[in-house]
Amino acid sequence: MSVIRLKPVDAVVVGVGWTGAIAARELTKAGLTVVGLERGPHRTPAEDFALPGIRDELRYAVRQELFQDTATETVTLRHSRAETALPMRRWGAFTPGTGTGGAGSHWNGMHWRYLPYDLNPRSHIEGRYGRDAIPPEMTIGDFGVGWDEIEPYYDRFEKLCGVSGKAGNIRGRKIPGGNMLEGPRSSEFPNAPLARTASGDLFARTAEKLGYNPFPLPASNASAVYTNFEGATLGACTYCGHCERFGCETNAKASPNSTLMPALLADKRFTLRAGAYVKDIVYDRRARKATGVRYVDTRTGEEYEQPANLVILGGYVFTNTLLMLVSGIGRPYDPATGKGAVGRNYCYQTGGGTQVFVRDAAFNPFMGAGALGTNIDEYNGDNFDHGGLGFFGGSTMGVTTGGGRPILNRAVPPGTPRWGRAWKQATADWYGRSLTIGASGAQYAHRENYLDLDPTYRDALGRPLLRMTFNYRENDYRLSEYAASVTERIARAMDATIVAAPKPRRGDFHSVPYQSTHNTGGTIMGSDPRSSVVNRYLQSWDADNLFILGASVFPQNTSYNPTGTVGALAYWATDAIVNRYLKAPGALVQA
Amino acid sequence: MVLGSDSKTERGGLQRRELIAGAGLLATALAGTAKAVDAAPAVRSSASAPDAMLTLSATEQAFLTAVVDQIIPADALSPAASDCGVVTFIDRQLAGAWGGGARLYRSGPFLKGKPEHGYQLPLTPREYFAAGIAAVNDWTVRAHGGPFDALTPDVQAALLHQLEKGEVALDGLSATAFFDALLAITMEGFFADPIYGGNRDKAGWKMVGYPGLPATYANAITEYRGRRYRPEPRSIGDFL
Repeated sequence: MSVIRLKPVDAVVVGVGWTGAIAARELTKAGLTVVGLERGPHRTPAEDFALPGIRDELRYAVRQELFQDTATETVTLRHSRAETALPMRRWGAFTPGTGTGGAGSHWNGMHWRYLPYDLNPRSHIEGRYGRDAIPPEMTIGDFGVGWDEIEPYYDRFEKLCGVSGKAGNIRGRKIPGGNMLEGPRSSEFPNAPLARTASGDLFARTAEKLGYNPFPLPASNASAVYTNFEGATLGACTYCGHCERFGCETNAKASPNSTLMPALLADKRFTLRAGAYVKDIVYDRRARKATGVRYVDTRTGEEYEQPANLVILGGYVFTNTLLMLVSGIGRPYDPATGKGAVGRNYCYQTGGGTQVFVRDAAFNPFMGAGALGTNIDEYNGDNFDHGGLGFFGGSTMGVTTGGGRPILNRAVPPGTPRWGRAWKQATADWYGRSLTIGASGAQYAHRENYLDLDPTYRDALGRPLLRMTFNYRENDYRLSEYAASVTERIARAMDATIVAAPKPRRGDFHSVPYQSTHNTGGTIMGSDPRSSVVNRYLQSWDADNLFILGASVFPQNTSYNPTGTVGALAYWATDAIVNRYLKAPGALVQA
Repeated sequence: MVLGSDSKTERGGLQRRELIAGAGLLATALAGTAKAVDAAPAVRSSASAPDAMLTLSATEQAFLTAVVDQIIPADALSPAASDCGVVTFIDRQLAGAWGGGARLYRSGPFLKGKPEHGYQLPLTPREYFAAGIAAVNDWTVRAHGGPFDALTPDVQAALLHQLEKGEVALDGLSATAFFDALLAITMEGFFADPIYGGNRDKAGWKMVGYPGLPATYANAITEYRGRRYRPEPRSIGDFL
């Protein structure tokens, strides 16, 4: 097939979600010409997230309108190397996005910073628990970036998004009401916390009674009208209860579409090409340079090559890893030998929780916001002694009120039939009278959990699908059991009418029930080119003009939602490109 | 007030049920659906005529009516599912893009996976419902002497429990998976915005106290904290 070769540009960005939009914005500000290639459609809030149609649970939450189209491309799953992987024919456990904004259009807006521990857990655990404490199959690593180095970029990303929250630690000064276990912040959140719900009140009261310090979950749902440093104005959250899986019509939920795209599209140095499905990276093996990318115009099927001096991957975890594998850049990871780096340390998350039912409650669950939550962090990271527990990592726990949309959210007490008169009565009785104390837990890298190319199944472009070999491991089950038992203890202290049995993760990873769109790894960062794909500046070890942004660079996953760190690292890496790489092109870290 | 406009709904609903029961009997008696379809217009001259189906056959429509009314029967909380338009909803869904397999990865090989792999059949939802309905009716004809919808409500309920628990072999299809599909699409039809043809008169939303649109609670979130907020629900269609 003939490939149409386009005029070279300074930089090409693959994917125009959070990281792609941040990179494009920073590079155009530095004077570069940038082309953004987005496989999905271009979406603007005014046109695509407008009332009344955006409040359609069937269309967006159930039929998955804003997600990546699995008919075109999906991933395959097996639980171990001995099995044959089968395709996820529809999304279930996680919901990658597509179109401008990516998954940043339909996210909840939970905007966390990692704990300082989370950035370098291997060094921390070895220091506190001994050099042999980490089992050999647990292949966790350090991000290799210190807290003081990344903090300014966390701050910047929060100010882009107008995050609502309450600081618990400003330059070491502990502030009650905020998360006093967080790393020291240089400044307060840009917006005050969202209004707390009755279920949040109940959780906070109970947690305080037990000696914990509840705090408002940091929310990229603006509690007040806010104008960011890019000149974009976010509206105030109306607590509509339609964040996750939906776009936001008031622009209160920070998304690339609302925070960055207006400035980016107004800049002549930036060109957006939607419906441009990047097929592979053009790699000059001898020169060790990425010379551009090839993409397919999804309207016509025609193939183009976009040459560029800089290639930035800003896709989701699966896209970034797939592109490296199909382009033959770097050595694919082989679990049999432990050698190779691309596809290594694929991670997910654990979880658990306890559901309670309160007869006299009036929680009005439909009034909510994606990140409207009250949490505790006493059992997160290494905030508690892991000596003798048999696992590492922790969980953040709390109650969120994301919205009581009734197709998918109508809890009934355990033992209720799933249909018929008794189901109707229980549903009518308990809607708005239940809450779940949820635990979102870390999932640490394991030697046998990895990504590679599927030998059988193909996508619409003819490429192999990405194959996920993944299951929960002993560390994960223990972590989840522990977290679930804490949520049960809190639930029992609530004076609830009914406390359901706690639900830790048990059994094999299940691809159908939704868990979290917090997949990580595959192109991880590190200090050793033999076991990592990019260095601490997210620069490829195999091509110094290729940078990879997004959660695919995380060496393992933490308990928190990853977006805050994804954005911070994107600012950190693009700062290194602009202020170091462009001045002296070459490797920013010597291998 | 949950049953605000029942007199009309109930009357229409009864007629629909009579019609469908009649159609089912005719279909069984004459071993064909053409007569049943012919018979429909004569009965349909009332004010609230039944919806024309886009894709469901008379047999499928009768089957689904019986099933959804077992899942959501009429009582003080709401009319029966079919009287809330749930069968119309299913018909529209199966006739549309989703029913045709949009957003479904449909490349082979099609291997039998573990439950953790989710749906692995080569069928579109439309084809899957057709196959599932045919398989259940084959089973009930063999074991109980008639298609599902022709059986008594008590027998229907008992058979649905068997399907739910997987106590039936459905000619190669998983009974529990097909039951789960029936349950899921019934709940969608009962709780989705009424613009899709189900949740008629917002009966599902009224049953639980879900206000629907516009869902702007900037003031209500504090004003009603700890107090039930139950306005008359509104649909997307009410804002056009």
